Amino acid sequence: MGTTWDAVVIGAGHNGLVTACYLARAGLRVCVVEKNDWVGGAAVSRELFPGFTYSNCSYVSSLFRPEIMRDLELPRHGLQILPYEGGAVFRKGGGYLAMFRDHDANRREFARHSPRDAEAYDRYARDVLRHCRFIRPLLMRTPPDPSSFRPRDIAELAWLGRQVAGLSERQIAQMIRFWTMSIADFLDEYFENPVIKAYLAVSAIIGTALGPMSPGSAYVLLHHYMGDVDGNIGAWGFARGGMGAITRALASSLRAAGGEILTGRGVERILVRGGRATGVVLQGGDEIRARRVVSNMDVKRTFLRHVEERELPEDFVRRVRSFRTRGSSGKLNIALDALPRFTALPEGAPMIRGDLHFTDSIERMERAYDDWKAGRFSRDPFQDCMIPTTIDPTMTPPGKHFMSCFVQYAPPRIAGRDWTDADRDAFGETCLNQIAEYAPGFRDLVLHVEVRTPRELEAEVGLTEGNIFQGELTFDQLLFNRPVPGYAQYRSPIRDLWMCGSSTHPGGGVMGAPGRNAAAEILREMKLPAGMSDAYAVL
Amino acid sequence: MTARSVIVIGGGTNGLACAHRLATAGRRVTVLEAAPAMGGGAAAAEFHPGHVAPALAHLVTGLDPRVSAAMALARHGLALSAPLPTTVLAADGAHRTIAAEGGGASGPDAAAWAALHRRLAAHARALAPFRLLPPPRLSRPAPGEALTLARLALGLRRTGREAFRDLLRLLLINVADVAEDELSDDLLRGALAFDATLGSRLGPRSPNSLILYLDRLAAGGTAHWPQGGMASVAQAMTRACAAAGVTLRTGARVRRITVTGDRAAGVELASGEMLAADLVVSAIGPRSTFRSLVGPAPLDAGFFRDAGHIRSRGAAAKLHLALTGMPDFRGADPRARLLVAPSVDAVETAFNPVKYGEVPDRPVMEIVLPSAHEPGHAPEGRHTLSAILQYAPHDPPDREAARARMLAGALAVLEDHAPGLGALVAHAELLMPWDIEDRFGMEGGNWHHGELAVERMLFLRPLPDCARYSTPLPGLWLAGAGSHPGGGITGTPGWNAAARIIETGA
Repeated sequence: MGTTWDAVVIGAGHNGLVTACYLARAGLRVCVVEKNDWVGGAAVSRELFPGFTYSNCSYVSSLFRPEIMRDLELPRHGLQILPYEGGAVFRKGGGYLAMFRDHDANRREFARHSPRDAEAYDRYARDVLRHCRFIRPLLMRTPPDPSSFRPRDIAELAWLGRQVAGLSERQIAQMIRFWTMSIADFLDEYFENPVIKAYLAVSAIIGTALGPMSPGSAYVLLHHYMGDVDGNIGAWGFARGGMGAITRALASSLRAAGGEILTGRGVERILVRGGRATGVVLQGGDEIRARRVVSNMDVKRTFLRHVEERELPEDFVRRVRSFRTRGSSGKLNIALDALPRFTALPEGAPMIRGDLHFTDSIERMERAYDDWKAGRFSRDPFQDCMIPTTIDPTMTPPGKHFMSCFVQYAPPRIAGRDWTDADRDAFGETCLNQIAEYAPGFRDLVLHVEVRTPRELEAEVGLTEGNIFQGELTFDQLLFNRPVPGYAQYRSPIRDLWMCGSSTHPGGGVMGAPGRNAAAEILREMKLPAGMSDAYAVL
Repeated sequence: MTARSVIVIGGGTNGLACAHRLATAGRRVTVLEAAPAMGGGAAAAEFHPGHVAPALAHLVTGLDPRVSAAMALARHGLALSAPLPTTVLAADGAHRTIAAEGGGASGPDAAAWAALHRRLAAHARALAPFRLLPPPRLSRPAPGEALTLARLALGLRRTGREAFRDLLRLLLINVADVAEDELSDDLLRGALAFDATLGSRLGPRSPNSLILYLDRLAAGGTAHWPQGGMASVAQAMTRACAAAGVTLRTGARVRRITVTGDRAAGVELASGEMLAADLVVSAIGPRSTFRSLVGPAPLDAGFFRDAGHIRSRGAAAKLHLALTGMPDFRGADPRARLLVAPSVDAVETAFNPVKYGEVPDRPVMEIVLPSAHEPGHAPEGRHTLSAILQYAPHDPPDREAARARMLAGALAVLEDHAPGLGALVAHAELLMPWDIEDRFGMEGGNWHHGELAVERMLFLRPLPDCARYSTPLPGLWLAGAGSHPGGGITGTPGWNAAARIIETGA
């Protein structure tokens, strides 16, 4: 390959593809290299059992930024998001709490469990919406460096100051509290019913190495809530055809803009000459030359594995080493012969088309987290189960179903050692048995199960320690601290080596914002128009 | 014109510091204390014939120098020991010692500890001025305040670009990550984890835990034994107040704060006696102040609800042992501050159960032996041990069973570190958080009168509408540990509150 590309992007995950698309549309010659034989990273759908398409990593879409969909014309490239209605939390002793996308329907259901909580729900929804409204505009902006006196950073800080100044003293106080407190304490200020609290706490623990009683977990809830489907804040949806539809549409959009994707080509190392990144060396020895390298890999993988340590400042390496990427999640992907019957749900209940939870108190979640801290998977795990084929039948043969079970918590290592196949199987059994408790006969419907622990997630997707957010979402790793203070603006200590993955602001989830922000920074440095629609702040 | 009268509810260190400053400024001040003696958490009690232990706080850390100077506490009889070193107890006798000023430590991590301490102490110095101010208003500060705020912010930035970035990263981090990044010695990691979470309801892996350590350093960081025991702190403050003309009444429990025409007008005592005053200053917990003493009628409904959300779950228990001889902590100096916190995980594991109202098997603890410092705390040849145990549930389903388990666990841990100690125990008294509440009135047994956590610090403490010591009820002020900057034997909240009262001419 004699050509020199304008940019080579390492990793065809959603953020890498988003960056590549924006760069290609700005006229750059862009090449994406991907170690797997398929594109998608963790936003992927694959046939892992004959006739069944699995979304085997990420499983719902809510965060993906509509601005990006519009800019990159993803609907034209085949992307369709199907909203889903709600779901149910099963109670241990029988019965359930249903959840709905519609606020009033939710409120009525809450009233069935606690009239007081139904009233509090209005107050709660209003408060959370206000926090979302404040944070959403921050997602699509490069974080300012508060230690810098450059005009752009000062202007950006001033903008932030104006946003805050627009709030009342009481609102500022509430916002700071919300950012720093635990979801358990936050919910206690509104609700009394344990099942309602357990349902609302879910978003605060998905993917995090925090328990619902850990300070800072309320913010994580926001991170999951700030998405929307069709303008419905906090609503979740499925991508038709599986989560891979998002990255397939991105790949198609990239090719239409003239970009190239090389799959099955892992990067051995990033070439650095005279302090500048000049390309990558692929496994096998081929070199790809480029004027800039953009890494969609997490910050640890990028700098600790693919860049020579002598090219980096010592401080930077130390900070990258202490960047926390402890995995906390597992996943079961199940092919089912038929739709399972949950004892508590009436025949034909719509709840089966949404999330199904078996954890009916915050205490049970927190105890599962205690197990995680001790390096064990819980015997009573929290699972977020969905059967997307109830809405999108294209993923399986007629009458059959695909079930995705996201499990919190699964430690990156078991009691200090690596996961073994036996550990993984025992973990899978624990989860299947929990489902079968609520759906007798469930195990007879199972045609095939893929069990994924942080070990599998790291091996396949390349997420260090299996952390789905490419780095934990705590304040010491958010905004201008993400991934490393002083390097939060998508640049690295090496000239022309950029970061665009979820290790950068605003963090993980199938959102695309890091990819778009990185592209904006690159194009700004090249003094090229970004071709981006304004981030919309309207809710 | 007669001097304006002030009633201070609660004769703890903050109530006394506030009363003294107001009296010096010419107010006519009466302090009302429910207990038979002044002092609140800074007191001593004979818990077994001849054995006297600090009733709650057992060391003086962070006593505000402005308070001790203005009250001339030394002249009134307070003498603090030189700062005490800390000994982190090892089960094998290879203890670590942390120097009294914090910077030096023994063992394989000496250099790493010194480097970390330098770094954290620098951050603490930059944050220290915030403790001494009423919390700044965020929204529309007055010009003078804005200037102060800007100066302080610039002061933080002036520590250097790297230091500033480091501070911003560390501000809300958990102490466990820092301990594990910077240290390799489990004992020193455990000590850092313990000191950061002492008195809080956080485990070392809880985000926002390191800032509590920075706050501890900012308050001074050193620990002192007061000569004559903890009661001498209260006695010196009481004498200073008496000398300043403060009227001191003990055994005077306030039943409610009386309100006339939307203004606090005085108090009604449990005895039925009515006392009128121009100002009422509450140095007891803000939650009980608003929810019990004021009541909903004169307060905005939203504010009253928010006051109910002030969380005050105590998580520490207090153990007093009467011993027939001196225990041997495998050679450790009995006059040091002794810590049992063998690792970060030991602290975290002790924290886990309290989340569910349960008792840890192996509590971690801070031990002081008053009788090793001076006579008077135990009969000749005998000894008294005082320990703060973490963590204890504040409201377990079966309180007596919880107390028994806690005591058994604590004694087992002590026996491991001082073999034979169990045989020396003549009497044991264990104050669980609810006992602390009963005895000292601190809600939930929390010695900060409301959990000290980031979401309730500075302008958020105890609530945004009363963070600057004044409250939405005109004539009612706060001056206790529930206000900025929180509890401990510091006197700082009381002093800051008095400053605001004087400054605003209330």
